[in-house]
Amino acid sequence: MDASRMPEAKTEDVLVVEDLVVETAGRNSAKILSGVSLRVAPGETVCLVGESGSGKSVTSLATMGLLPKGALMARSGRILVEGEDVLTARPARLRQLRATRMSMIFQEPMTALNPVLTIERQLEEVLSAHSQMSAKERRDRIRGILELVRLPDVERMCRSHPHQLSGGQRQRVMIAMALVLEPKLLIADEPTTALDVTTQKEILRLIAEIQERLGTSVLFITHDMGVVADIATRVYVMRHGAIVEEGPIQRILEKPERDYTRDLLAAVPALHPREGRAAASREVVLSTSELGMVYRQPSLFRKRQGTVAAKDVNIKLKRGRTLGVVGESGSGKSTVARCVMRLIDPTEGSIRLRGEEIVGLSRGALRPMRKRIQMIFQDPNRSLNPRLTVGDSITEGPINYGSEPRAARERAMELLELVGLPADAVDRHPHQFSGGQRQRIAIARALAMEPDVLVADEAVSALDVSVQAQVLDLLDEIQTRLGIALLFITHDLRVAAQICDEVVVMQNGRVVEYGPTAEVLGNPREAYTRQLIEAAPGRHWDFPNFRPLAPGGPGSIEATA
Amino acid sequence: MADKATLASAEPVIRRRFLPQIAVSRLRFAPTLAAICLALIVVAAVFAPLIAPYDPIAMNPMERLAPASWAHPFGTDPYGRDVFSRTLYGAQISLIVGLGAAFVAVLVGLPLGLLAGFFRWIDAVLMRIMDGLMAIPSILLAIAIVSLAGSSLWTVLVAITIPEIPRVVRLVRSVVLSAREEPYVEAAIAVGSSLFKIMWRHLTPNTIAPLIVQGTYVCASAILTEAILSFLGAGIGTETPSWGNIMSEGRLYFQLKPGLVFWPGLFLSLCILSINILGDTARDVMDPRLGKGRAG
Repeated sequence: MDASRMPEAKTEDVLVVEDLVVETAGRNSAKILSGVSLRVAPGETVCLVGESGSGKSVTSLATMGLLPKGALMARSGRILVEGEDVLTARPARLRQLRATRMSMIFQEPMTALNPVLTIERQLEEVLSAHSQMSAKERRDRIRGILELVRLPDVERMCRSHPHQLSGGQRQRVMIAMALVLEPKLLIADEPTTALDVTTQKEILRLIAEIQERLGTSVLFITHDMGVVADIATRVYVMRHGAIVEEGPIQRILEKPERDYTRDLLAAVPALHPREGRAAASREVVLSTSELGMVYRQPSLFRKRQGTVAAKDVNIKLKRGRTLGVVGESGSGKSTVARCVMRLIDPTEGSIRLRGEEIVGLSRGALRPMRKRIQMIFQDPNRSLNPRLTVGDSITEGPINYGSEPRAARERAMELLELVGLPADAVDRHPHQFSGGQRQRIAIARALAMEPDVLVADEAVSALDVSVQAQVLDLLDEIQTRLGIALLFITHDLRVAAQICDEVVVMQNGRVVEYGPTAEVLGNPREAYTRQLIEAAPGRHWDFPNFRPLAPGGPGSIEATA
Repeated sequence: MADKATLASAEPVIRRRFLPQIAVSRLRFAPTLAAICLALIVVAAVFAPLIAPYDPIAMNPMERLAPASWAHPFGTDPYGRDVFSRTLYGAQISLIVGLGAAFVAVLVGLPLGLLAGFFRWIDAVLMRIMDGLMAIPSILLAIAIVSLAGSSLWTVLVAITIPEIPRVVRLVRSVVLSAREEPYVEAAIAVGSSLFKIMWRHLTPNTIAPLIVQGTYVCASAILTEAILSFLGAGIGTETPSWGNIMSEGRLYFQLKPGLVFWPGLFLSLCILSINILGDTARDVMDPRLGKGRAG
């Protein structure tokens, strides 16, 4: 692709967005998009990448003519789908365009599918609304498209309701629904963000395959540079509602021109495990042995077989070290974290905190132990009570353990400075802070208890990659300074590789592999670990150094084998 | 590191809109009218002794069933009592019963709901009792209590409030059940907060908004129930002017003097309608859709 091409509407381009300006409706309108222009050629996969709030989703919604009425308005510009302007199209025409020329898949397939209709009925609805096919033709078409998206046992799928399918299957149904009328343009808004890496890999492969088969153009919206590196032909980088940089994928990855793009790439943690650190202390602060958690559903008539969320989990965490627990959703990693925190009671096994057993302790007996182990939650929007000031949240724990409110408040101000926030933040409310700042507040709250162990449950997963890097730096710094041991739960192997000394890989509630990070991620022994590493998007690219990882180079499995 | 700093500023800082702002921007015709209407009734009730031209229970046989006039705006009843004065005093009873029932129902229902939402075993026992209470028709229960304990304002208040309590308990319980799963509640557990502190500091504030809305419905329904009880003769003693009593006494003369039923009936309807409209408005304003990020 020649980047110097004029932005004029080329007849062959499937999608042309010209100088699109979107503002919030109402009196004090604010610009959400300020002059966005992009093109998608036939058969091309164009990635729109940016951090949260960059306007990438608004761009895609505007293209579909789905801007929320009364909230956002397109002020100027043109959006041409095969030469037809979406912004000036009548509602009826727009509905027609939406199914036949362009379609969209979303992040969360469960909410995009109707829970009370079978898959067949939902697909049928699309067909009967937009085509003149006979009932027989529709039936065949539906089965054809479900086969195309590689769903097993198509007849059974047709009769299923959305809740009976797995997340990956639902996303396949969404793709089938989007493609059943063979549109020229598919807009995919973070379609794999809610999926596990292995499922993500399959869905990405599927989209690429279908694209080749049907010649569909794809506009792919994502925040994940790894995904971009794997699928894009061309990339647009967005920030603050404007395109910062655009170009063919190779050039963007190798020679990013803008600082912002450079920063975005540099913030992607490398998959290559970091150097092992020398153990500072031999004291084991947290250990579990044969920890197990079975959820039993009480049944009126017979004792049901419970769901095993965790079984035979043995871990040891030394002072000042970081132990990562990685795995896909449902692997039991969060169950382990919540058991260790005694937010839930394990059904078997023991947990020792600095040598003292904490399983089976009553609420009262547990109280002095709680001080020693603190947690950072995934979503900082929800882990801080929105009604309390930052100071009240941070001092709650110390005051519970007998601190003077005044002294606790002063300590809170010190901690806020330690986590990189101004001390006067104590009197503000959480909603006045950004996601990354809130996570810093949550860290300060945990530190206020002066714990020996910090449990971080997906603590950086909800954050943008640049903010993620900062929070990881902060955790690292705190660890060296205070000698806290970190139990780090994550689904992201890249993060685990950068922060953990040791890694536990979990699958279906069981520990699959456990050892030093360099060993486990560099030279995995188990097939499942290998599979996880291979599914990590963009694993052939060394983002911070702007170069490909040669097969056999550092970070690849073969190298350290 | 300087680059990182510029990236950090890319994060948008989301600000929550404040409630008053929303309330003003949503100011509409019906709620405004309802508020004015209710305010007038409240003024009438509070200042009844000053506004009312006559003693509401002073009989005057000379003026029996007088038509509406400047002296008697709503006419007089079969005992010659001024209907306008009686209606004003009736507002006192209705508002006391309405507010009292709402207040007591919340006062009793909130702690019960908190306990039920937090402890499974309390939940199992308490909610069955509440189910039992809800199964009894409220008017029947009220008639039973009033006939056992005698008719006074207080027994009527108790009789009307008891059937309303389960609704409040259920509401609080459902709010607590979802709020206790919030990570900030788990965080509070993790920092060793006592159960009382968790309930008071982290859970109760979530229930305030729905309780205000539910309170208005309880209030309206209590006013209506009181009127029904009085009308049936099972309410407050006939010597006290309440809207139900006035209508009950006027019923016999309805064809002759429709005003005897019409005026207290109109006040009753307007009062309940206003409260319900205000309750709906409160619900719209506090709708959780306005902010997904915050709880409640």
